[in-house]
This record gives sequence, structure tokens and C-alpha cells, in this order.
Amino acid sequence: MNNEITGAEIVLKSLAEQGVEVVFGYPGGAVLPIYDTLFKQNSIKHVLVRQEGGAIHAAEGYARSTGKTGVVLVTSGPGATNVVTGLTDAMMDSVPIVCITGQVPQHLIGSDAFQECDTTGITRPCTKHNYLVKDVNKLSSVFHEAFTIAQNGRPGPVLIDIPKDVQFASGTYEEKNKIIIPSHRLFEPSPDFEKNKIEEAVELISKAKKPIFYIGGGCINSGPKASKLVREFINMVGSPVTMTLMGLGVVGSSDKNSLGMLGMHGMYEANMAMHECDVMINIGARFDDRVTGRLDAFSPNSKKIHIDIDESNINKTINVDVPIIGDVKQVVEKMITVWKEKKFQIDDKALKLWWDKINKWKQVDCLNYNNEGKQIKPQYAVQRLYELTKNTKTFITTEVGQHQMWAAQFYKFEEPNRWLTSGGLGTMGYGFPAAIGAQVGHPDALVVDIAGDASILMNIQEMSTAVQYRLPVKIFILNNEYMGMVRQWQELLHGGRYSESYTDSLPDFVKLAESYKAVGLRAKTTDELDDVITQMIETKNTVIADIWVTKEENCFPMIQSGSAHNEMMLSKDQKQDKKSAEKGKILV
Amino acid sequence: MNKSVYASPDQVSETKRHILTVLVDNEPGVLARVIGMFSGRGYNIDSLNVAEVSNDENISRITIVTHGTSEVVSQIEKQLLRIVPVHSVTNLDQEGNSVEAEVALVYIYISETNKKKVYQLCDLYRARKIENENNTTIFEIAGASERVNRFIKEINEITKVEIVRSGPVAISSIQKNEEE
Repeated sequence: MNNEITGAEIVLKSLAEQGVEVVFGYPGGAVLPIYDTLFKQNSIKHVLVRQEGGAIHAAEGYARSTGKTGVVLVTSGPGATNVVTGLTDAMMDSVPIVCITGQVPQHLIGSDAFQECDTTGITRPCTKHNYLVKDVNKLSSVFHEAFTIAQNGRPGPVLIDIPKDVQFASGTYEEKNKIIIPSHRLFEPSPDFEKNKIEEAVELISKAKKPIFYIGGGCINSGPKASKLVREFINMVGSPVTMTLMGLGVVGSSDKNSLGMLGMHGMYEANMAMHECDVMINIGARFDDRVTGRLDAFSPNSKKIHIDIDESNINKTINVDVPIIGDVKQVVEKMITVWKEKKFQIDDKALKLWWDKINKWKQVDCLNYNNEGKQIKPQYAVQRLYELTKNTKTFITTEVGQHQMWAAQFYKFEEPNRWLTSGGLGTMGYGFPAAIGAQVGHPDALVVDIAGDASILMNIQEMSTAVQYRLPVKIFILNNEYMGMVRQWQELLHGGRYSESYTDSLPDFVKLAESYKAVGLRAKTTDELDDVITQMIETKNTVIADIWVTKEENCFPMIQSGSAHNEMMLSKDQKQDKKSAEKGKILV
Repeated sequence: MNKSVYASPDQVSETKRHILTVLVDNEPGVLARVIGMFSGRGYNIDSLNVAEVSNDENISRITIVTHGTSEVVSQIEKQLLRIVPVHSVTNLDQEGNSVEAEVALVYIYISETNKKKVYQLCDLYRARKIENENNTTIFEIAGASERVNRFIKEINEITKVEIVRSGPVAISSIQKNEEE
């Protein structure tokens, strides 16, 4: 047959038709036919990582910063198992990913062949959907469905496992528009039912005396227009708004209505407002345990509106009064229309009293820290980084731990998609490869990975990738020689016994950078900090900036596990009720 | 399904048995997705039954008996609906009217002394003897699980038995438009 092409060619053709520009991957025996086809074409760029785990985080960073789907290509066996963490991360944080894995040829499946593993079995719980493609003629339809599923509804990772014989076999290619996906396989909100709930919700908001908007990552996944609409609606209402870790940037940090982040290390005023509000409007957040604190004391006197695209989030941990299932952009647009049509007006007097109360909470100045001496405080380092980068188009990624929380608290985000962090899974080692992905998607932007000395070592091998592709990613290490968040918990909950949380034998990060032919910089005191940051920004190369910070600084404010929003710890001098501390200890 | 998704679950509810019937695309791995969701999220499966119900459309029906509070079962339903090849989830207990049945095959150790009693009991429960080439006494009993339970209890008192049960399947008994 003349119009038949090989499976490997179908893979590349499908990617091209889906508009894929870049693939993050690592070759191996079971994907050689696809790599051979990749070699013969120029339209799709490949970024060779140094471990498959790096590929999937890079794809996540690419996806979150560009709004496109990230694509990963790895081999069978260890190639596939190495992406499991990243798939789970993307599942938790709703990042659209298509991951292609090679598989041993079909006649060897089940024989414990070399580099064989049950990839679809292993990845079933950590993907939105996955496929083992046995028929080359189904390959293109699987690809087109996979891209749709990855982006549709609540986005997430989709994996396609392709046996090597299928990559070699010849078959026909079907174009995207010829594929019909049955509706039950996709998310479709029921518009009529929603409308009633929207009117009910908007009316409830109009009657609120102490409203608060609680904004999550769903607003970012819904696209930049969603953020615009959310801002517009909040302005119309005049209500305070707080954001989750994943939602930072939906409403600008400098917006007069913004109370900043809420949750375990969120702002005092945001958590207090959540506790005392009478109407809570949750848009695209999922009442995560880092946000809610103790469930039985969570915002006890409020009516709750919950807008979510994933119906399983409704009443999962918190029962709500008005659930609306749908895409943020569409729902908020309708809410604005209803608000205008019905000429709703919020009770100005009540709202003023509410703001007065919030402003009193603000006076607590919960992010206050002691910034005396020449030693660099980690908070100060992030503040200076912000001041020196705020006028540049900057993307911030993080690893996981104290530095991540300081970044969330002290770096001010004015726009969505500029902040990439591992929220749900909390994956150390996420930030650097994610920064690589973000830089690939935005070659001219400044991309900074705010890292800790422990986290950065989890994917340090990607230095090689960054240098090879001339990606001028900046790694800004808040180096305290500890796994800081582990140490903090040990200090607060385990009698200060720092079991295995000190990182001995750290590399010399400056020499490490140099050994990769990147640039290494170091700041030991506050006098050196600004110069190092400026030099880092100006260097047109990959940079590691090793910032020596005070070693035993704690991240505050903090709601300890098992405590409620109104039981925040502002400093370590504040003794916690011993009983609830004991209860909280068993939680994560 | 929309109804149960939007409805707020009861404030306090007791643990109850529920029969869920799940229509799925008959594709590889679909059963693993369904039962993996149960084990992964810590839900119970009391019994499970899978069979293809429509040859043309390649659709299977999975019948799951589970127990939990209405909040938990509502969460189970919503989690099932997230699975891509799942068409629909119906909680037959919420629909109100349904009939259920299961099949048990019972190998009965029979002797001259208990023979009469066994046959009487089987008659009473309308258990049917299944002819087989070895001419052993294998009975089939179908019906509501409660009835099967009682039969097994009583036959156990007479003699030794080996039992295999299908677990219940169920269907809504609400009148439907014939054309549908």
C-alpha cells in the first residue's frame, strides 16, 4: 500500500499535527525506531535530558509556563519507571502531559524480557488514562485522543506505550479531524443546570457581609482569560481574595484586594479571613489539607460556593452549599453577566467593616523576620531577588521545602503562568528541570529556580542538559546545609533531634557549575548579595548562585498540622497547645 | 448521574450496602482501572461481577457491591466517573427500585443417610440439580443473596458442601419507555 507509513512515522506525524514543537526525552532500545524517525526530520525539536525524571519535570515546566501540552519520549523498563514520579506530580497538579514509552516487542511481552515492565499497569493510578497500542493502524487515533484527554476537563498526564514491533510495522495515518471521540470519554458540563446554580451563587455573594474569594490552580489551567475574568469579578464585588500555592498570580500580588497566599505557611490575614468569612467563593481549588488545616474547625460559619471542573472534588473533604461544575472561564463569565443583569450590589457598609477587620490582621505583619547582621536571611535573599528581577519577564520555579514557601511568601507574582512549583505531590528535584522546560518555552525570558541545597542535588545532572542547549537558567540556592523543612518539623515536633536532616559533604556549588562549563557565583554576606544577583541576571549562561543563608531559620507563619486557620503560629516563641501538637504529629 | 453529583450528601449517615452498576468500554485494563480505584483510595469491594452485555457496542457491565456511608459511596461514584472508559455509574439503592440475584453452585457430599433430607431441602429452595458426566451431586441455586445464604446455612447443617457464588447482579426495575 502506497499510503502506509511506519508506526514510528505515525508517532512523529501525530505529534506534528498536534502542533508539538519540542519533545523532552532519552533514547533506549525500545524507542530506537522513533528516534531514527526523529533524526530524519526537522520540525520537532528534541531536548535530551540526563535522566528520564528530568524529562517529565521539564515537560511539566514547559506546559505550565506556555499553556501547551508537554511531551515526553522515553524507553521501556527503567525509562518508564523513572517517569512515574513526574506522572504522579502532573496528575496531582493537573498538568497536561503526553508521555510516550517504548515497550518490548509484543511476542516478548510477559516473558520478563530485557528492560520489560508492565508500564500501563504501573502508571494506571498516576495517569488520567493510558494505552498499550497493539495495532499500528490505531496509533494515530490513540495519539489524537491522548492529546484531547490530556487537555480536556481537568488536565493531566496520558501515557502511550508502544511495543517496538508496532513502531516498525506499516499502517495508515488518520488525521486529527477524522477522529471521533465518544462523549463519555471526555468532560462536558451540563450548561442548563449550571445556570441555576450560578444565579444562586451570585445572589449569595451579593448578600455577603464578609465575603472572601479562595482561588486555586484551576484558574491558571483555564487559561489567561480566566485570570482576567476572575480579577474583573472580584473588583466588581470589592471582596478580599486569597490564593493557594498553585493559584499565585491569578490575581496580582499588588492588587488592592489580594491578601496573598493562604494555608499552612500562608498569610495570617488570609487565614483569619477564611476562618471568619460568611461567604466563601472557591474558584478552581480543592480544599487541600495544606490549605484547610483541621477540617472540623475550617471556616465554621460560612456558606461555601465551589467552582470546580472535577466533580469528584465537590464535597470530598469539605461540604459545600453551592457547587458549580464547569470551566472557570465559562462559569465566571456567566457570573459577571448575572451580576450585571440583576444589578447586584454588595452591602458597602458591611464590606467596609470587613476590610477594617482584615486591615487589623494585616498589622500583625506576619512575614516579619529579624534581619540583623551580615548573615543573609533566606527571606531577605528572596526579597532582593524579587526587587532586582521585577521589571524583567521572569519565571520562578522552585524545588520543595522551606525555600519554596519563602519564595511563595516573598516573591510577588503579578501574572499567571509565571510561577511553577510542585504543589500536590511536593516533589524535591522538580524545580531545575521545570526551569529548563520553561526556558525552552520562553527562550528570551529570565528563568530562576529558587532551590534548596538538598533539593537541587536530586536532579543536578540536568546541568548538562541546560549547558548543552545553552539554556541560561539560573539556580538560586538558599544554602543552609539542611533539609530545612525536615529540620524545622524536627525542631517543632520531635524535640530538636535532627535525624538525618543535615546534608554533610555538599559539593562546592561554584566549582560544580564550573565543571559543567556553567557559571558559579557565591554570596556569603548581605554585602555581596545584590552584586551576585545582578551578575547572575546579566550572565548569558547557566548560573548556579550559591547563597549562604542562616542555617536554622524557620518558615513562619505556620499552621501546624492538626490546627485550624485561627491557630497560626507566628514565631517559634509562641508555644503551641501541647495536646493539639501531639495530635498533629501523626499527620504529614 | 448529575443528580448525585450536585446533591449535598446527608450530614450524618450510616454505613449501608450499595450496589453500583458501571457501564464501561470493553477495552484492556478497564477492570484494573475500576478495582484499582477502589484499592488505591481505600474503598471496599464486597463482590464484583463483570460481563459483556452488548456485542455491537463492546460495552461491559460491572456490578459492584460495596458498603459505606452515603458520603463515601457518592465519592466512589464520582471517582468512577473520572475513569475515561466509564460510560455511566448507577447506584441502584438510590434509584429505589431494583431487583437483584446471584447464582451459587453447590457440590454436596451425599450419602444414603442424608440423601432424603438434602433433596427435600433442595426442593424447598428450588435448587436445581445439574447433570454432569461424573454424576456427582451439584446443585444450582439462583435468587436474592439472602435466600442463597439461608440455603447454604441449612444445607451446611446436613452435610459437607463446596460452594461457588457469582456475587449479586442487579437491574433497575423502574418502568422505562419501551422505545429506549
